[in-house]
Amino acid sequence: MTRRLSRETLIKWAPLLVLLALVIFFTALNPTFFSLRNFARIAIASAPALMVAVGVTFIIVMGSIDLSMEGTISLTAVAFAFIFAQFGGSLGGMGWIAIPLVLVLGGAIGLLNGIVHVKLRIPSFMASLAMGFVGTGAAILLTGGDIVKVSDAAFRGLLTVRWLGFPLMVYIAAFFLFVAWFIQTHTTLGRNFYAVGGGEDLAHASGLNVTRVRVTGFALAGVFYAIAAILVVARIGQAESVTGSNFMFVSITSVVVGGVALWGGIGGVWNALVGVLIVGVIDNGMVVIGLPDFVQDGVLGLLVIVAVVLSTDRKMVSFVK
Amino acid sequence: MYQLKAVDKKFPGVHALKAIDFHVERGEIVGLVGENGAGKSTLMKVIYGAYQPDGGQVLIKGVPVRFANPRQAMEKGIGMVFQEQSLIPNLTVMENIFLGYEQQFVRFGVVDWKAMARAAKAQLAKVKLDIDPGMVTSKLSFAQRQLVELAKVLTLEERVKGDLVILLDEPTSVLSKEEVQLLFKLVRELTTRASFIFVSHRMDEVMDLSDRIYVMKDGAVVDVVARGGATAEAIQHKMVGRNVDKQYYREHLQAPYDASKVLVEMDRVGLPGRIQDISLKLHAGEVLCLVGTEGSGREAILRTIYGMLSATTGQLRIKGEDAAGYSPRHAVAHGVGYVPRERKVEGIVAGMNVYENMTLSQMKNHSRGGVLRVAEERALARDWIKKLSIKAHSEFADCGNLSGGNQQKVVLAKWRSGGSDIMLLDHPTRGLDIGAKEDVYDMIRAMSAAGVGIVLVADTLEEAIGLSHTIIVVKDGRIQKQFACEPGAKPTPYDLLHYMI
Repeated sequence: MTRRLSRETLIKWAPLLVLLALVIFFTALNPTFFSLRNFARIAIASAPALMVAVGVTFIIVMGSIDLSMEGTISLTAVAFAFIFAQFGGSLGGMGWIAIPLVLVLGGAIGLLNGIVHVKLRIPSFMASLAMGFVGTGAAILLTGGDIVKVSDAAFRGLLTVRWLGFPLMVYIAAFFLFVAWFIQTHTTLGRNFYAVGGGEDLAHASGLNVTRVRVTGFALAGVFYAIAAILVVARIGQAESVTGSNFMFVSITSVVVGGVALWGGIGGVWNALVGVLIVGVIDNGMVVIGLPDFVQDGVLGLLVIVAVVLSTDRKMVSFVK
Repeated sequence: MYQLKAVDKKFPGVHALKAIDFHVERGEIVGLVGENGAGKSTLMKVIYGAYQPDGGQVLIKGVPVRFANPRQAMEKGIGMVFQEQSLIPNLTVMENIFLGYEQQFVRFGVVDWKAMARAAKAQLAKVKLDIDPGMVTSKLSFAQRQLVELAKVLTLEERVKGDLVILLDEPTSVLSKEEVQLLFKLVRELTTRASFIFVSHRMDEVMDLSDRIYVMKDGAVVDVVARGGATAEAIQHKMVGRNVDKQYYREHLQAPYDASKVLVEMDRVGLPGRIQDISLKLHAGEVLCLVGTEGSGREAILRTIYGMLSATTGQLRIKGEDAAGYSPRHAVAHGVGYVPRERKVEGIVAGMNVYENMTLSQMKNHSRGGVLRVAEERALARDWIKKLSIKAHSEFADCGNLSGGNQQKVVLAKWRSGGSDIMLLDHPTRGLDIGAKEDVYDMIRAMSAAGVGIVLVADTLEEAIGLSHTIIVVKDGRIQKQFACEPGAKPTPYDLLHYMI
């Protein structure tokens, strides 16, 4: 019993320890790593990824997987740029309308995703992967392959205006992280995610509407992808059909490295935060100590395997499909 | 030839096998009977190597052996034909027969399918089954699959020196009368090749087929009957005969139920292949016990009331309302609570803590606009932890780490705290130690006194008789007989068994 508990405790805190170890490691190699400027850089790079990771955390806690984030982000980013321009191209004017509209669009894509998964009974990874491709295709269709610039100064203020050294977008991401935490711990929806992930039969036998929980989960994830899309556009000042690329690997890596169990029921948004920071610190730290970026991908890949190995109690899993 | 000497097996809190002496001679068919939980399946698992005995000896031809796993037992000639068939449905018949032993057909790393098909054909001939060994197993009928399984076990004949012992676990439970007769004829012919151990709930079949019958009760062999040595009634009596302590089941607390208030009414409810023509009434404060053998339809009745199965004929009314097209969600909303047999699958979410599990079915009562009032949930959980003396360090304890009895209390608290007044209990005391069982009996009495209607599927007949106001005996999906069980005028297990088998 004590052994089991210590193992559980270790698994619970391991991601945070890894994060601290990494910070110490990179600081030792290059002291400039440990500076407010560099932390701000990591935070800026991590803010959109955090939103994606939080969204997919809900799905993974349910025991499903969502691979639609790249397409959803590209489509919502492009849609945002167009709607923003349509309403005057300024946050000071009517441009703000684009924000709620795009959040609704993200939610709608997620909803569709969930309905395809649940109603047509397609495995979530396949349904969402396909929907992701549809999203990317739609983004190309809208832009014709062009880049759409968003250069409104007020909107770019999300990146340029700083408060205590960090740009506004970091605070916005923090705010939505808090919202996600509230959903996770204080709403029936959040509780339902854990019930479905912990035992779908049981959730059904307790009178939960499992179908609705799943669909709602995907819609919620879609909203978070849309937030990520807006933050990306604010960061780089443009939207195109490849805006969402690389988010799939980064977000799922983060969630898993952060300690969310892939079979559902275990972990939460704090794990997503720690995971995103681990990935962000590794990315940044490798640049700081001067390693090429292909090494980074290799290291992250290894990290995923290590994280899953550490977090899986292989005695309990008879075979792995 | 095969012998067990004073074999003992203990599990935490349960003494499953108590000094079992058992032997099978060459070419003999030995029957094994006993109630659910008497230790039959544990004994079989010891015989085919899935469990290792804690004490005593296993002897083959007088030589002590020890099996670490079923494969080692197979290599000594002990094979098992499983009740839940162990064939892999998407493989062909021959692949199933030689699963794990394909090496004999491999030449230079390539499987010689023709040789395997020939060999499989020879095995199938032993059980007189004339099918194409290249057929996919899922296309076979249930009876054919049973024979393939037997053929698979008979491959031991070629592989093993010495004699075979084959265990048949409830082989007839899903066969028609004609199929049963064919199987028995085959088994009798096969006694030239092997000895058999035959386990069944159907007394007439066991008596028909076996040379000797071992009768088990409470983990011990209480008698060995030679062919023709006893009547079915006498054997049944030995299976259940026990002096029941009336205090144990809280009989003195049994109060009459409120016959004017009908909670659940089933009117000729049927579900093809599961239950037929089920009519019953559950009243407020009544404990109604469904009695029958495994697969008799008890569980299907529970699940129909809960809306997990929907009846195709007849009518189900819950509190006067027609419950056609109900799902568990509707049932819960109408105050139905379900305590399933498999706690781990349908009872509690391991990984969620006590208060989260307790409010899982009633989160609407503790939330507004989807936002939970966690403090209220915790207070409720603390209250019930105290009320049922659940052993958990706090309401934050992970339910997965609680003992079985305490998990069961959490499940009961989940429904009772939500105000459920129709409780469906499926084996609520399974796997619990005696103290925890008594707690569950207390809770059942308390619920009954509070006007809750309870449909119970009990672990043993004594439990059913001790706890219930009404007993309904179910066999092959039909109601056989209804008994009233006022304290002091309860039927005996023997009365019930008569209608069960």
